[in-house]
Amino acid sequence: MKKLLALTLLGMVMTTATAQARDGDDEIRLAIDVPYEPFVYRTPSGELKGFEIDLGNELCERANLDCTWVEQSWSGIIPGLLSRKYDAILSSMAITPARANQVLFSIPYYNTPSVWITRRGRDIDISDKASLEGLSVGVQRGTIRDSYVTQMYGDVLDIRRYSSSQDVANDLIAGRLDLSFEDYPVAVDTFHFREPDSKFKQVGESIKTPTSIFGKGAAMAFRQRDKALAEKFNQAIRDVYANGTYDKLMKQYFDYDISLPVGKQ
Amino acid sequence: MIDLKGYGPRLLEGALVTVEVAVLSLLLALILGLLTASAKLSRHVLLHRLATLYTTLIRGVPDLVLMLLLFFGGQIGVNMITDWLYYQFDVDIFISINEFVAGVVTIGFIFGAYMGETFRGAFLAVDSGQLEAGRAYGMSSRLIFRRIQFPQMMRHALPGLGNNWMVLLKTTALVSVIGLSDMVRIAAEATKATHEPFLFMVPVALIYLLIASVSEWGVARLQKRYNVGFGEADEWNN
Amino acid sequence: MEQLNAWFVELLSNNDIFTANTLGYYLDGLGNTVRLVFLSLIIGLVLAVPLAIARGSRRKWIKWPVFFYTYVFRGTPLLIQLYMIYYGVVFIEGIQDTFLWVILQGAFYPALIAFTLNTAAYTTEIFHGAIKATPRGEIEAARAYGMSRALMMRRIIMPSAFRRALPAYGNEVIFMLHASAIASVVTIMDLTGAARFVYARFYAPFDAFLFVAAIYLCLTFAILYLFRHLEKKLLAHLKPING
Repeated sequence: MKKLLALTLLGMVMTTATAQARDGDDEIRLAIDVPYEPFVYRTPSGELKGFEIDLGNELCERANLDCTWVEQSWSGIIPGLLSRKYDAILSSMAITPARANQVLFSIPYYNTPSVWITRRGRDIDISDKASLEGLSVGVQRGTIRDSYVTQMYGDVLDIRRYSSSQDVANDLIAGRLDLSFEDYPVAVDTFHFREPDSKFKQVGESIKTPTSIFGKGAAMAFRQRDKALAEKFNQAIRDVYANGTYDKLMKQYFDYDISLPVGKQ
Repeated sequence: MIDLKGYGPRLLEGALVTVEVAVLSLLLALILGLLTASAKLSRHVLLHRLATLYTTLIRGVPDLVLMLLLFFGGQIGVNMITDWLYYQFDVDIFISINEFVAGVVTIGFIFGAYMGETFRGAFLAVDSGQLEAGRAYGMSSRLIFRRIQFPQMMRHALPGLGNNWMVLLKTTALVSVIGLSDMVRIAAEATKATHEPFLFMVPVALIYLLIASVSEWGVARLQKRYNVGFGEADEWNN
Repeated sequence: MEQLNAWFVELLSNNDIFTANTLGYYLDGLGNTVRLVFLSLIIGLVLAVPLAIARGSRRKWIKWPVFFYTYVFRGTPLLIQLYMIYYGVVFIEGIQDTFLWVILQGAFYPALIAFTLNTAAYTTEIFHGAIKATPRGEIEAARAYGMSRALMMRRIIMPSAFRRALPAYGNEVIFMLHASAIASVVTIMDLTGAARFVYARFYAPFDAFLFVAAIYLCLTFAILYLFRHLEKKLLAHLKPING
């Protein structure tokens, strides 16, 4: 009996030891869900571009890591990490309690609210829940925005779930949807709703709460045991914030502030 | 020439991916099909039951569901096995179940079940007197298989195999759903970015028709070859 | 058995996944799948009968368009047909302002159109084959009775062709059920859509997809059973006497 127990313990020690040994090489595979403009998108020739691509490459350089990008659709992105298809996720993933049970988050590197978008000329009052009965809303499947509309409006809105944010945008543009609930920067780039001649407009306030759904910002995600790797990236994030690289990159893609008071985390 | 808005080269790459997936899963399906047919024709009760279970289960579930199951769940399952190998025998391997592997394995498994049925029927259709004649000549069972059973079986199996191949080819489009950049996915991506649904989908549909037509011609030629000595070709039915 | 039962009860009480809520998604999904498949099969069947007769016509301008239609729809993946119709209808000039848009706006009807056109093409070929296989004697007998072509079609050829087509049509029904899984790609919450939603929510691939696979399996067996029963009833006269 004792022998068996000892063996089991030995086995468990080996588990952790080998797991680290296996992940020990310096080549890091980063997973990202494409497209999520302006954070990431593909050019017609197939090249990856966007804020998170630039940021990720910068972070890897700072951390002295050799990084490659792996494209992964959103609904499989956490299981893919856990089953070692890649070593980290850098894909606008919001820190939520449910996800924190499964993965280890870095410090957040940006935070943006979510917005309701509809066609100009439509009169929709989000705060009046009864008036929303039967309207359709598009969200990307498995995102915090999916959770939010499912939890808050599941009983009145007709929720349509898509594989990518681009699919949602296309169907709102085509007139298939009454509403879209989208991340602010993505909505800005897809619907140009802040411009006077846009066909789309924001409805109601920008939404950041409850934190239990929306979290405290987007962060990289790692396997829970890869604490050292997460720490390397945490330091790199603090560095790019401190030396102004983050601001420089941000200004290339956004004319508003998506940054966080990162040093204090 | 039509203007594909910069997506032309990638569409061609995607077509290549489609063909790769189709050919590799066809090979897997043929191997599985032969194994299944032998298992079903064998006298081992267990083998027979196993083969029946495989063909029944696989043909009862949509291909897309199996593909999603394998793509999202396969890595977890495979990791369990490789972890076990590692702790038991110190063999360190990592098998990645990416979109390509998941697609090929799923399609191979599904059509293995269909091929199994086709092969089984074809084996049964071979005249047993000919096998006996082979035995009487003192041929080894391997020689009988190669010289008598296989060529004759192929004659009966070809129409069914041809049909299965056509269905398999179209099934490869599903790999685009799990994210593999085959020509359907590239066309869908281009459609969404440019809002031109027909500009990309019609050429892709034409490529499918082209591959199908070429295959039809190829199967007909093979048919002719395996029918040597049997007068008219079997009619293209089934 | 007792143990299995206890295990099952525990499984249901001890899980976060199969709550009344998620089971509701699966139930809605089942409704959508059945509705989509049933409607497309029925409409497809109605379309296929005249098309099959036209396909066998001696006049080229009737025969060739039908052949072209079945060739294209059987030769390309259903997914492409679905994409073309789903994304394509949006770009018909001014469609958003017509009454048609009320129908085409959702994902259900574009999917129904794609599925119907697809199954009609396959069913046309199945019927065409069955009509072609009508024994010559039956046709000669009808002619000898002085039947007109239309009457012969209605009284002799079609009834026996329907019966002969039954096994192949049973396969088509099962194919259609399985093919309908791609409806989830254009946001329809069918059975597969429900499974994908539950998966994205709980990251539990085995629970989400094995459960839905089991439902499809049951549906498949139900269809198989139904067609066996029909074949037994309608094809009794074709059975070998001592078989």
